[in-house]
Amino acid sequence: MNGYDVVIGLEVHAQLLTESKVFCGCSTTSGLAPNTSTCPVCMGMPGALPVLNRKVVDYGIRLGLAVGSRIARTCVFARKNYFYPDLPKGYQITQYESPLCEGGSIDVETKEGIKKIGITRIHMEEDAGKTIHDETAPYSYVDYNRAGVPLLEIVSEPGMTDTKQAVAYLRELRQILMYLGICDGSMEEGSLRCDANVSVKKAGSSRYGTRTELKNMNSFRNVQKALEFEIERHIQILESGGRVEQETMLWNPSKGVTVPMRSKEESHDYRYFPEPDLVPVRIDDAWIEDVRSTLPELPAERRARFRKRYGLPAYDTGVLTQSRELADYYEACVGMLDAPKEISNWIMTEVMRALNEQGISITDFRVSPEMLTGLIALIGRGRISGSMAKEVFAEMASTGHSAEEIVSSRGVGQISDEETLKAVAGRIIDANPAEARKYRSGKTGLLGFFVGQVMKATQGEANPKLASRIVKELLEE
Amino acid sequence: MVYIAALIRKYQGVNKNVKITDADVLHAAALARISLDGDELRKLSGELDAVLDYMDLLSEVDTSGVSPTHHPLPAVNAMRDDVARQSLDLEDAVRNAPRHKDGCVVVPKVIE
Repeated sequence: MNGYDVVIGLEVHAQLLTESKVFCGCSTTSGLAPNTSTCPVCMGMPGALPVLNRKVVDYGIRLGLAVGSRIARTCVFARKNYFYPDLPKGYQITQYESPLCEGGSIDVETKEGIKKIGITRIHMEEDAGKTIHDETAPYSYVDYNRAGVPLLEIVSEPGMTDTKQAVAYLRELRQILMYLGICDGSMEEGSLRCDANVSVKKAGSSRYGTRTELKNMNSFRNVQKALEFEIERHIQILESGGRVEQETMLWNPSKGVTVPMRSKEESHDYRYFPEPDLVPVRIDDAWIEDVRSTLPELPAERRARFRKRYGLPAYDTGVLTQSRELADYYEACVGMLDAPKEISNWIMTEVMRALNEQGISITDFRVSPEMLTGLIALIGRGRISGSMAKEVFAEMASTGHSAEEIVSSRGVGQISDEETLKAVAGRIIDANPAEARKYRSGKTGLLGFFVGQVMKATQGEANPKLASRIVKELLEE
Repeated sequence: MVYIAALIRKYQGVNKNVKITDADVLHAAALARISLDGDELRKLSGELDAVLDYMDLLSEVDTSGVSPTHHPLPAVNAMRDDVARQSLDLEDAVRNAPRHKDGCVVVPKVIE
């Protein structure tokens, strides 16, 4: 970027889809009344002892295996000490010197092709409570329902050299987490949170510039915009001969600027030490293999398979595999009707539109794979035209009736759609040039032959009177 | 205790006989939100020095072939299944808070 190289690393926090919190049995259900999912452990009451939720370790191993990390054989928890009202104990239980996973990478598609973004580490930790600010009162209000909800923190290498790569990495990581079924991936609701470390240096220089940390970016768009702003800010400081301060910046999405977080001078003196209330976790081969056996096909593998097996363009595979459920839906359809590209087209346009309009996900969609392929088969048989099929589909999506039912109830038991019959008749005339020539030279008795062929092609479903008229028109035009 | 652990970390491997300064103690006190008067400061500096001296003694032992003790108990893998259980009644959950309102704990204003 105009004489500067950009270096970006991301720290992503993923809330895990467990039933209970990481160190106590309180429910992780969101939206409960404040502080109704709390207990002596997550409220930090004296004498209460944490007990680790096994599933959190399972999920961490699952992600580690998916991105090719080394899984620690022994890992321990640590206390990160600081005072903040959302942290009931005065410390957060996290991991420091021996995280659950180290190493690994995620492949990201860039302009220059596939780039591997390294993963530094993945560790387990507990979430903090939620602070609610009241502008009108000299108080803040704290709800501890989220305190103790399990998180995985995924730290990347500073391996991204532009904002697009950072967003692509985040998208891919999110998709992997969702495919693994361990995080719902919602950035808006905060179950996936992203902080960034960013610095710039003179192009080609091997010395890193001073980095700043960026927080409060709760959408892909904000990640991109905040990074762009911050990079530009660094460059401007350097261009004017200044020095970038190492500090934490908050993204203000409404103003579109980053502002320094109120500096807490001792805030980085966390005095980590091993958590005495939790014994180490030992992970043996059997445990790892157990988890490995539960791994689903990952997004990148699935995209590659879709390209190869169904001959789909890259664009289609990207859309169809955006969620595991949508990819499953597509494959269910292809299993019923061998028309991979037609099905892809229908899903990418009509199905996606209907899902957006109804604000639902594919799993709640009224039109099942059977129903969608039933509709596409009707078009294939020439029973309805493409444009009519769209109308029928819209009705299917709103009523949940099958294409067959809708077509019959509309009194279209026979094919009375001119456009459809014209297409079929046109094909038949083209396929029988000799007969067509004879007809045109006067052997009009051959009309019956053509109509018969149309009836055959439509499995007897064409309206014969209409078919006859259309064939006649086409032959005589 | 927390700070001693961190100090040991900081001083271990550095020069021995590093003395705890008043600034170290005041920094620790600030982190722990404790205010100290002059007498307390001197007393704690001396006591922390003694703790670190003792650690110096321990660090004379050759531990090169010894794997770290992560925990004084020999146990590993104390875990529970992922099952949600009954939480506290709201009334009990917020009972110890100096103030609470609409189920939330009320704290001095937090400014980001």
